[in-house]
Amino acid sequence: MERETAFKKEMFVRDETNRQEAEKISRPSVSYWSDAWGRLKENRLAMTGLLIIVLLLIMAIIGPHLNEYSYYEQDFAKKNLPPNAEHWFGTDAAGRDLFTRAWHGARISLFIGFMAALIDFVIGVLYGGISALRGGRTDHVMMRIAEILYAIPYMLMVILIMIAMKRGIWPIIVAMTITGWIPMARLVRGQVLQLKESEFVQAALAMGAKMGWILRKHMIPNTFGPILVNITLTVPTAIFAEATLSFLGLGVPAPQASWGTLASDALGSILVGNFYQLFVPAILISLTMFAFNVFGDGLRDALDPRLRK
Amino acid sequence: MDLSSEPSSSEKKQTLGVISMWKYTFKRFLWAIATLWVIITVTFIIMKAIPGDPFAKDGGLPETVQKNLHRHYNLDKPEIVQYGLYLKSILQFDFGPSMKHRSITVNDYIKKGFPISLHLGLQALIFAISFGLILGVVAALYRNKWPDYASMVIAIIGVSVPSFVLATFLINYVAVQWNLLPVATWQSWSHTILPTISLAMMPLAYIARLMRSSMLEVMNQDYILTAKAKGLKQSTIIIKHAIRNAILPVVTVLGILTTNLVTGSFIVEYIFGIPGMGEMFVTSIFNRDYSVILGSTVFYSAILIFLIFIVDVAYTWIDPRIKITEEGS
Amino acid sequence: MKESKFSLLSAFLIALLALAGCFSGDAEQAGSEENAGDGEKKVLRINNSSEPGSLHPGTAQGAHDSWVLEHAFEGLTKKTPEGEIVDGMAEKWEVSDDGLTWTFYLKDDVRWSNGDPVTAEDFEYAWKYALHPETASQYAYQLYYLEGAKEFNSAENEADYAELEENVGVKAIDGKTLEVKLAEPTPYFLDLTSFYTYYPVNKKVQEENPDWALEAETYVSNGAFKLTDWKHKESMTLKKNEHYYDKDNIHLDEVYMVMIEDENTAWQMYQADELDLAYPLPNDVQGELVNSDNEEFYNEPELALYYYNLNNEKPPFNNSKVRKALSMAIDRQTLVEHVVQGGQKPALSIIPPGVPDVNGDFQENSGDLFEEDAEEAKKLLEEGLAEEGMDEMPQFTILYNTLEAHKKIAEAIQEMWRKNLGIEVELENVEFQVKIDREQAGDYDISRAGWIGDYVDPMTFLDLWVTDGPHNDANWSNAEYDELIKLAKSTMDQEKRMEAMHKAEEMLIDEMPIIPIYFYTKPFTVKPHVKGVFAPIDRYPQFIYADIEK
Repeated sequence: MERETAFKKEMFVRDETNRQEAEKISRPSVSYWSDAWGRLKENRLAMTGLLIIVLLLIMAIIGPHLNEYSYYEQDFAKKNLPPNAEHWFGTDAAGRDLFTRAWHGARISLFIGFMAALIDFVIGVLYGGISALRGGRTDHVMMRIAEILYAIPYMLMVILIMIAMKRGIWPIIVAMTITGWIPMARLVRGQVLQLKESEFVQAALAMGAKMGWILRKHMIPNTFGPILVNITLTVPTAIFAEATLSFLGLGVPAPQASWGTLASDALGSILVGNFYQLFVPAILISLTMFAFNVFGDGLRDALDPRLRK
Repeated sequence: MDLSSEPSSSEKKQTLGVISMWKYTFKRFLWAIATLWVIITVTFIIMKAIPGDPFAKDGGLPETVQKNLHRHYNLDKPEIVQYGLYLKSILQFDFGPSMKHRSITVNDYIKKGFPISLHLGLQALIFAISFGLILGVVAALYRNKWPDYASMVIAIIGVSVPSFVLATFLINYVAVQWNLLPVATWQSWSHTILPTISLAMMPLAYIARLMRSSMLEVMNQDYILTAKAKGLKQSTIIIKHAIRNAILPVVTVLGILTTNLVTGSFIVEYIFGIPGMGEMFVTSIFNRDYSVILGSTVFYSAILIFLIFIVDVAYTWIDPRIKITEEGS
Repeated sequence: MKESKFSLLSAFLIALLALAGCFSGDAEQAGSEENAGDGEKKVLRINNSSEPGSLHPGTAQGAHDSWVLEHAFEGLTKKTPEGEIVDGMAEKWEVSDDGLTWTFYLKDDVRWSNGDPVTAEDFEYAWKYALHPETASQYAYQLYYLEGAKEFNSAENEADYAELEENVGVKAIDGKTLEVKLAEPTPYFLDLTSFYTYYPVNKKVQEENPDWALEAETYVSNGAFKLTDWKHKESMTLKKNEHYYDKDNIHLDEVYMVMIEDENTAWQMYQADELDLAYPLPNDVQGELVNSDNEEFYNEPELALYYYNLNNEKPPFNNSKVRKALSMAIDRQTLVEHVVQGGQKPALSIIPPGVPDVNGDFQENSGDLFEEDAEEAKKLLEEGLAEEGMDEMPQFTILYNTLEAHKKIAEAIQEMWRKNLGIEVELENVEFQVKIDREQAGDYDISRAGWIGDYVDPMTFLDLWVTDGPHNDANWSNAEYDELIKLAKSTMDQEKRMEAMHKAEEMLIDEMPIIPIYFYTKPFTVKPHVKGVFAPIDRYPQFIYADIEK
């Protein structure tokens, strides 16, 4: 049975304008990234942070090769020397060159930091993304699992796992990421859910935009900001956690040394006045923390879409 | 703690009704118990996977002695039976004897250690909040002037120096060189000062930074500008309006900070020889004192879960709209 | 809504303040109690490092328990500052010609801290209690010298307990006479009777309250001091025992023991005058004090050997040339001088100095049994590897338990082997218990070990490496060696014993199933106003006769 309607087909005209144009009215299209970069560049503190991070990375790569000493070679005739022309950061209690050891430590500490962040990122994005996009029962179950793991105090869990495993760099990374990905997953899920419901995505959908386009133009820029900030803050957290593990004797195997082991080994040295042995790793850790924190803060401000003007 | 971000629960609340509230509370409670059970099981499995006999002695013990010890602590039983026994004793709030210390049970440990850790943690929290807020506000009010830079330098030192390094420095200078405060142990209030500072620096710095950016944001809000335009006194504006509103982001992280402080004090407790739960956890890990490790992990997790449960239920009971409004912000 | 959140915060903060306030109030009270009346009293403040595992002599284990017990209890005999064994609870004793039956006669005036007389039954009761399988005592094996002791301790069926207990070779003939029957002749048995597993327990007290040793309030002991306060995990206070027979020679009124795990912190407390005696010392501090003429620093010998186990069942460590090569390529002098830094002695034999021989000192009579020689070591290694059909040293690992000092030593030895032998070694640190497990399972190449003698006789060391011995982690087996040990154990004739044991020691060095590294020392510091602290070779520093002169 045909239903009579008050509207006749003739009453409508097809809108021939390009749908993409609808979006463009808002403002001239400046690429999201160059826009953010522009704002980041103006933030002097954040740029200092970035510079320090780059310098630390460069030194981690070339530092151990800048003099003739190796990180393991001992020379008891030269033990406990304060910084001098030959040993730029001095030597430790076994006469090893602290400059080389410090940058060797940079490799290990930074590697642990970046790997932990990367793994957290991959697992977190996959887990949180799937959970949010599928929704419903899947979302419920996945989030409950994350919630249970999250109720175990983080450091206690890391220590327990470290004790069950052999000593090494990878076990440390595994121990840290086994529950470390959860905040990232929650963040991603929250972001995606919020966006899915948000007016501008709904609007774009209503205006007939394709899903891929929405992902590229809205989802990624808007979720990636907070995620990137989270990553920059995960790196120093992991370096810090590694230092704590080293203090408990659960760090990397000797004679390798991370900044954490260098610092905890040197705790005794301040009892006899060899402060520099503690200063070197402590300052390097602090510099890294500082750099990542200010850079992360700057990044957050730069990527915040609300600040786009 | 941020269960409030559950989208499903907001729908639930709109249906309201006291009966559904009770149902919801009951459901959350069951869920909390289930979570705890999973954690107990996971911890038990990890414990059993960790190599090493708790009674090992350099050079080893005669077999007969070892056998007697294992029988005494039920370690000779199949693991599933041990698991059953453990669940049973936890149901009776009994975490069993310590395997290293015959003079003290795990319950004694917790009874003695937890109030100390709690005291230290809360004292550090109060210290961190009060100084963190002051630093944050000062920094925001004197933006880009020297008080701002000074506060932020303190904040940066706070987040960037590992607590064991800071503690060692504090002891070396304040206690040993200048003789101002006692080195270690937990006897009087003056003994608590150095550990409190060592523990509080990290959250202090965090709060200061949070407060600074939150203040800056609030100071630019329309209502503050309006108040200024109306000619209200600067101090009134800051105290009555700005700080009050800027403090909210700090409130939301308090839960996490509290648990971090109470459970994260083990290194500080170890260095300062404070007989709290953290120190006990570290030493029992090195001693393979199974029952203490299990007991403290379960206890900490139970507290965490309980807190989550309380917060969650309290929110629903006090103001069912809270979640909905929260989601908007 | 914002309003309500703000008031919520205020309420929260007030609650926190209230909580903190009430706790610190408690703590302050306890603190002032501690400091009250310190002026006149002679109080010695020391660090016991850890909460004692047990202060019951039967279940005590290790240094944190024994340091307290040695001052609160006294056995049949005791040790003088000169290291001699003299009468303690027993005034005299007799031993049968075959060395198997010992009779001890207790002093008349010996009393427990609650006034009860100390009786022979208290000894019999205590020893049998420690051996009872259900007591599950870790140190029960210290009593295995008694006839029937091991059998009782290994009993599996409850039905057998009574009969086996009856067969244990200890019996109170009357209130003051104790008869002990041994399984084999043991010339050093007298030394053992001063060890804490051999201390008596007040039978009456324990039968009334089996948990008497758990708290200070119910604690009863028979030594120079009694336990009057025990804050678990925190501190202990010992007070002079007015019932002690020799109380006129005890000068301290009180001993205050804290429990600080971190050596650095303990040392800083000593520096800040919060402790009067510091032991053990942090590695760096030791190194500095050894080379100074600091008057507060003492460095006494210790009955202990630091060594590396070689897994003798695993090629190429089954080859004695390889084992010797590894041993000879270590520069022990450098190691003790720069790494261990406690004035230790390089170990070029097995028995530490301070153990008496028939005449003189056992270690001195042995002398250096081998020489370090990198060139020779390299040659031996090549020969040894060739004998095993190997071209080069396979990849192997040094296993050590997590501790700063062990790590430094392992790193140094790794370097020495790399430089002197051209071989690469890996280091692996694990928790103490894991190391022990893997040693016993034979799952290691080289592992760090230390052995502290239980009594002052070479046998406490040499006994370790008999075939299938419980402590033979190197899994070394040599029939000739076993014969020598058996011979030494079968006689009370010191000359025969010592000769056999010297031969056994030489065999160990010839075969090198383990690599001896250094003999421990006992470096500690005591404030100048504390007098009379002495350190027997097999004990922590003793302060029973100490005095404070301010």
